[in-house]
Amino acid sequence: MRDFSEEELERYSRHILLADVGVEGQDKICAARVLVVGAGGLGSPVAYYLAAAGVGTIGIVDGDVVDLSNLQRQILHGTAEVGVPKVESARRKMAALNPGVQIETWQTMLCAENILDIVAPYDFVIDGTDNFAAKFLINDACVLAKKPYSHGGILRFDGQTMTVKPGESACYACVFHEPPPAGAVPACSSAGVLGAVAGMLGTIQAAEALKFITGAGTPLFDTLLSFNAKTMDFRKTKLKRNPRCRVCGGEGIARLRDYQPPVCDLKG
Amino acid sequence: MRIVINGDDKTFAQGTLSISELLEIENVSQPDQVSVQVNGEFLRSSLYGTIRLKEGDAVDFLYFMGGGR
Ligand SMILES: [Zn+2]
Repeated sequence: MRDFSEEELERYSRHILLADVGVEGQDKICAARVLVVGAGGLGSPVAYYLAAAGVGTIGIVDGDVVDLSNLQRQILHGTAEVGVPKVESARRKMAALNPGVQIETWQTMLCAENILDIVAPYDFVIDGTDNFAAKFLINDACVLAKKPYSHGGILRFDGQTMTVKPGESACYACVFHEPPPAGAVPACSSAGVLGAVAGMLGTIQAAEALKFITGAGTPLFDTLLSFNAKTMDFRKTKLKRNPRCRVCGGEGIARLRDYQPPVCDLKG
Repeated sequence: MRIVINGDDKTFAQGTLSISELLEIENVSQPDQVSVQVNGEFLRSSLYGTIRLKEGDAVDFLYFMGGGR
């Protein structure tokens, strides 16, 4: 086990006090490698809490620069960073919070060609993207690479998340099969989203990653958690892996393809 | 007829309903916005018009949510 310094023991003391985490759990957190895809509404709280928690290596993928309209919810970025690449702005904030974590940045959009290489060195992946092409691509890549991951989606006052252990629990495609036709489902960029809803869902995803790493509790496997912030109704829907799933079932997929429109062409 | 929708019991005057009819009653304006699970099995949307629901069936409408940035 890692030799924790006095300063680290102090910094992580509230984790160490938890019976389900302890020094052993914090040691696992410090050794973990998590990839956060998207440094936006979901990626911000996820990456910030993972950095605070001391996750040893955090990768961040985002090809965009900070826009003024992001600041209502993307709490990793500040007014002074408008125009700065999001991965750079994220790196500064996270390093200031916890200089002990290693931050790896990927200033690019994920696509079928690059995603497997990018996810390969990580233990857990967080989907914080804003479009179905990316969400399905991340699911497919995580199933192929057998990487556990957290799906997250938000819209207006609503959020949903599930945690996937490929080959064992239901994957995103078991539930949603394939991307909805273009225009059938509005995007946050046209329909809006309450900023705090991104925070609510992102912190759930961060908690799921930390639970997975430490083994504490039961991750949202085979479970879709959805909530509506207007009524504050939270609901868990039990799911079953679909043996005929297009991605993880029977034949499954052998290689990746880009969904339309390809993620590389999208602007957030 | 009693159907459990997203965990809540609902009673319908109709003696029989297809998924398409239920979606309409429940104000899901576009079937493409949801994935539908009946008694734990997801249904292909091509079956929404033909599958008839029975008393006590559990139906979940799971909405697509594509946002995150
Ligand atoms: Zn699947």
